[in-house]
Amino acid sequence: MAVLKLLVIDDEPGIRSGVFRILNNFNVNYPFMDEDYTFDVTEAATGEEGIRILERDMPDIVLLDNKLPGIQGVDVLEFIRNRKYEIVVAMITSYASLDVALKAHRFGATDFIPKPFTPQELKSSIENITKQLYLRRITHRMNQEGKKIRYQFLSVLSHELKAPLNAVEGYLKMMQEKESGDSINDYATAIERSLQRISGMRNLIMDLLDFTKIRLERKDEKIEEVHLKEIAAGAIITVQPYAIQMEVNIKLTVKSDAVIMADPTDMEIIFNNLVSNSVKYNKRGGKAEIIIDSNENDVIVYFTDTGIGITESDKENLFNEFVRIKNEKTKNISGSGLGLSIVKKVIELYNGTITVDSLPEAGTTFTVRLPGKQTNNT
Amino acid sequence: MKKSDFTILVADDDPDYLYQTVFGLEKAGYKTVAAASQAEAEAVIARFRPSLAIFDLMMENDDSGFILCYRIKRKYPDVPVILATAVSHETGISFSLDTGSEKSWIRADVYLEKGIRPEQLDHEIMKLLKI
Repeated sequence: MAVLKLLVIDDEPGIRSGVFRILNNFNVNYPFMDEDYTFDVTEAATGEEGIRILERDMPDIVLLDNKLPGIQGVDVLEFIRNRKYEIVVAMITSYASLDVALKAHRFGATDFIPKPFTPQELKSSIENITKQLYLRRITHRMNQEGKKIRYQFLSVLSHELKAPLNAVEGYLKMMQEKESGDSINDYATAIERSLQRISGMRNLIMDLLDFTKIRLERKDEKIEEVHLKEIAAGAIITVQPYAIQMEVNIKLTVKSDAVIMADPTDMEIIFNNLVSNSVKYNKRGGKAEIIIDSNENDVIVYFTDTGIGITESDKENLFNEFVRIKNEKTKNISGSGLGLSIVKKVIELYNGTITVDSLPEAGTTFTVRLPGKQTNNT
Repeated sequence: MKKSDFTILVADDDPDYLYQTVFGLEKAGYKTVAAASQAEAEAVIARFRPSLAIFDLMMENDDSGFILCYRIKRKYPDVPVILATAVSHETGISFSLDTGSEKSWIRADVYLEKGIRPEQLDHEIMKLLKI
């Protein structure tokens, strides 16, 4: 049983005693917590009193009203932030105006509990806060022990590389031991699956090569005039065999010819990845279109498809390394999870941006903006 | 008791690893239940008590295996659990059950790196099930 110190700063005695009553017998338990967490509640009626108790007791959690008689809640928050105290603060307030909310958020409040609250609302907020605290401590401990999580990339990579090797090795051992029978035909599925895993691994390695290429300091950059419509046409040719198989029709529309100064290999990485995605995540008989346009400052390229789309929550991590959207529709599509993160990094090398608009079941549009449009005056 | 009296729950989102593990266990004589995700494994645990469970670490969540260990130990404290993963320790995230503090929050009985031979897996299982 671990005890968390909780300080409630509120000028209403009813709120303070309410918090005390609700949390007195409350305990929190999540996976991996080796013990239950309970709460030791202290009360303060003003911000000034709150700060005195804060310095004396060093609570783990502060529940903070904003509207106080003397100094305000956000002032207490600022105090905590300036002293760099590791305290989780949740604002409890009936004046949850956007202004206060923004200020509180900026000063590091992690949660908002609007007044009046039910016991259940308070409990679930406290549950959340406790989880955060616990995870923060575990992370802290791991850092101290030298187990830095910055190796995440390597560990995921090692996972992704080892998984297909293990699968193929497993099938080969089954064959070696003749576990499914004496005829080669008994292993048709094993062979088919092994080939699929090897092809997936090849894609991953190709993407990794692209990835290291852009991660390295590049001294041999070949910057030259690049006609994007040529790059686009090349990307379409590359992906065409796959598009025919998927019955996806790819169209190229050039609204205004765009020429930029770039390394053509970089532009190929962008176009090849985005065009191949627009086919890969499409529906049978669907459409994909590349539209090249420009204004006085930027070159803008749209990659549009009529595919399976991306949900709002999946968009957040879309450009991170090794993120693959896993659902019923994508489970048979192979990918390394590196493509979009590579694309984004390349675009950022040119101070450009990439954004995504999508509607699940309807389709997706990636919009790439590359600054520094070069017209024919060079 | 003989091996066919035991039912082993195997959860792995890698279809090939799942197939091979289940194949090997059935060949060794065990009964099996296969789950292709954390969610499927949770559904199995909710209505069925396996004799032993083998969980992959990274499925739809990076810590799926840990969560499943926790859930199953809460419901059936006596069911032995093997945690298997392809994440290697040289990358910095290493888990072992050697120290008390790790043992206290990783609720698995045995931790194995993937790629183990079927006989070795069988050996670990027999130890856990005291066959």
